[in-house]
Amino acid sequence: MKLEFLSFDFEKFAKEMQNLKDQKGFDFLVTIVGEDFGEEGLGCVYILENTNTHERTSVKTIAKVVDGESVIPTVTNLWKGADLLEREVFDFLGVKFLGHPDMRRLFLRNDFQGYPLRKDFKATNEYTLEDDQEPDYGLEYSLDKDGKLHVKENRLFTNDDYVVNIGPQHPSTHGVLRLQTVLEGETVKRVYPHLGYIHRGIEKMWESMTYPQTLALTDRLNYLCAMMQRHALVGVIEEAMEVELTDRIHYIRTIMDELQRLDSHLLFTSCCAQDLGALTAFLYGMRDREHVLNVMEETTGGRLIQNYYRIGGLQDDIDPNFVKNVKDLIKYLRPMIQEYMDVFGNNIITHNRLENVGPMSLEDCINYGVTGPAGRASGWKNDVRKNHPYDMYGKVDFEQCLETSNDSMGRYMVHINEMYQSLNIIEQLIDNIPEGDFYVKQKPIIKVPEGQWYFSVEGAAGEFGVYLDSKGDKSPYRMKMRPMGLSLVGALDPMLRGQKIADLVTTGAAIDIVIPDIDR
Amino acid sequence: MEHIFDFSQVTTWFHDLLTLTLGLGDFWAILIECVLVGAAVLGAYSVIAMILIFMERKVCAYFQCRIGPVRVGPWGLLQVVADVLKMLIKEIFFVDKADKLLYIVAPFLVIFGSVGAFCFLPWNRGAHILDFNVGVFLLTAISSIGVVGIFLAGWGSNNKYSVVSAMRSAVQMISYEMSLCLCLITAVILTGTMQVSGIVEAQSGPWGWLIVQGHVPALIAFVVFLIAGNAEANRGPFDMAEAESELTAGHHTEYSGMGFGFFYLAEFLNLFIIAGIAATVFLGGWAPIQIGVEAFDEVMQYIPGIVWFMGKAFLLVWLLMWIKWTFPRLRIDQILKLEWKYLMPMALINLVLMTVVVALGLYIK
Repeated sequence: MKLEFLSFDFEKFAKEMQNLKDQKGFDFLVTIVGEDFGEEGLGCVYILENTNTHERTSVKTIAKVVDGESVIPTVTNLWKGADLLEREVFDFLGVKFLGHPDMRRLFLRNDFQGYPLRKDFKATNEYTLEDDQEPDYGLEYSLDKDGKLHVKENRLFTNDDYVVNIGPQHPSTHGVLRLQTVLEGETVKRVYPHLGYIHRGIEKMWESMTYPQTLALTDRLNYLCAMMQRHALVGVIEEAMEVELTDRIHYIRTIMDELQRLDSHLLFTSCCAQDLGALTAFLYGMRDREHVLNVMEETTGGRLIQNYYRIGGLQDDIDPNFVKNVKDLIKYLRPMIQEYMDVFGNNIITHNRLENVGPMSLEDCINYGVTGPAGRASGWKNDVRKNHPYDMYGKVDFEQCLETSNDSMGRYMVHINEMYQSLNIIEQLIDNIPEGDFYVKQKPIIKVPEGQWYFSVEGAAGEFGVYLDSKGDKSPYRMKMRPMGLSLVGALDPMLRGQKIADLVTTGAAIDIVIPDIDR
Repeated sequence: MEHIFDFSQVTTWFHDLLTLTLGLGDFWAILIECVLVGAAVLGAYSVIAMILIFMERKVCAYFQCRIGPVRVGPWGLLQVVADVLKMLIKEIFFVDKADKLLYIVAPFLVIFGSVGAFCFLPWNRGAHILDFNVGVFLLTAISSIGVVGIFLAGWGSNNKYSVVSAMRSAVQMISYEMSLCLCLITAVILTGTMQVSGIVEAQSGPWGWLIVQGHVPALIAFVVFLIAGNAEANRGPFDMAEAESELTAGHHTEYSGMGFGFFYLAEFLNLFIIAGIAATVFLGGWAPIQIGVEAFDEVMQYIPGIVWFMGKAFLLVWLLMWIKWTFPRLRIDQILKLEWKYLMPMALINLVLMTVVVALGLYIK
């Protein structure tokens, strides 16, 4: 989508945003992009969606400089999902959000000097050799009557809180996620996520790469959605360059995306079982995932790390056996999914462990931006494949899997049902892959015309989008992802208050968080 | 029962050898016998532990469409030996700011409770090691010492996960001990004795196994006993104290080398002990199948008692492994709900039922 910004200046910003939400119904904050606009100063781009009409809009605002600090009013009072997003902007650009209760660094260490995404940032070794003192308070900025910046410290813990660090090294955080958890006996009182243990600064790296080079990093995000992430990136570049793809490319990309979704959902259902202590069900899923990987490997050469899409098409044509292999896979997998239900999903203990665990209502899901299967379990029709169809998704017949139970059982069932839907989609396409080129030839040096674009795909765990700001060079001026997991992590705290420690693990498994995708 | 081999022949012969042939006094004879029995118990303890570890690996592998260890030795038989060796030579280190005394004592308490309970198992006719007239009573008392060990390990490790695990295991094991004892008492009502050898003798007639003799109430007690025993042994789906996906390894997170080894051994042996007690109390221990047909009974009696006992115990072990490798783990509140709201009331009612059955003589004689 080419972005036509609505521009609000500092004074009107808060009111206009309120208007957008209340009057125009833009109730879903897709993402916030912090950007150094050069001479204009620091600023933010907000991408919003109306969840009824699926209309999207974007807002640009430039930060006001007060006492040498750039400030923007917070939107956490309107969209709660903005909490972590604004902290990310603060971390990378040093924009302070007025009224945000907890301005701490999100990804970088507290002893990091400077703000890396500012264009005047000089990359030297900015870490000090002193201990990284972690603040136990969040800062709240506000403007007082004279227009001076005022700071207030908000304590994170009280003195007699029993605080346990779940992670960063922990068997069921699925990576290096650290959840600082306040416990009262077995009950969770509050969860503070600490991110950045696998932060690699991919967005910063992209700014100094040519467009074809940028592709290489997408498979290191959510390593189970390598195809979809690459799809979003090539999608935004192709849209900006107005590349016309052949039908063959559309077909193959759709099939590959769905194979990847199967791969990811199989791992999800397995790991969900493992986190509940059912190791047998875990290995059943892993056994069948091998078959999916085998099919993908013959064409792409990769099993986990997929590098198949490129700007203008695909790396290579499909393998001669691909069609047959996929058909065999479909025939094999359908009864197997029922087997997971038999061995795990329909078990009485599973039901007890998942039902009413980590509850989140439809309103909260939209407010926190919980996209993907986790949101659909609360009845939110948020499937990007339906709402903003790309490739063949507008033309194939599939159902958007919804549940209304608002809990982890619903999330598990959405994943199970989506596997059937993925098989349906592949089945409809696999027999009629049209002849044609698998690659539309591009210039040796790819330059994207000036402008801003946002393109999103339905990843396995939510909406994955890429925002591209180009100044007409061979490298992007600013490229920003909407990671699937960040808003999910942001929603962990409201989901888990008052639940048990075991529910923390269950909920983390059920909303399908993958850490490299959150940290980037 | 005349054909079944009585192990007391061996023990009597040995005692006579020491006292009559060698002319030792009572003190020395009993001392030598105690040392030998002690060595035999520890030997059997570790050998059975290794068999169980190997069995668990193979059983769970086959449940999970895997083949398990195959590389070390034929069928991977030497894998466990290699693991035990590794564990023996690993360094034991202490956690900073741990409560050293409790930290060191804890694994010994756990293994003490386990070995103590292990000594009560009736291996064969005349091969009881500890055989008191309050046997069942003492058995439950000694096996409870293990809880203290787990609690101290969790508390002494200076680790927050371990503390949570300690709280969980204490509350869980104390709760489940209720149903466990109630089920044993149910059996005692029928057999009329608390002595382990007496309980087995009471089941050695035709159709004599308690689960047949006591029919409905005995069957209920058996099932409740297995569930509660599974929880008592801290095994899945009740492995709350360990809960590796929540508390990493719970109470033994901070242990290395044989400190960890003791917990590991005790866990497996507790599984065997639970199965062994269930086999003793409900399935007749070393008593063979007797159906009242003379020829058949006689053939069965020629099979040694230890084979019967081990066969029954390992059948139950296998059953418990099947359960562990099928079910997901419960949550702590669900575990307590299961015990206090379902199992214990059921065991209590069952106790009354059994009393009525015995009082009215409705059991199979």
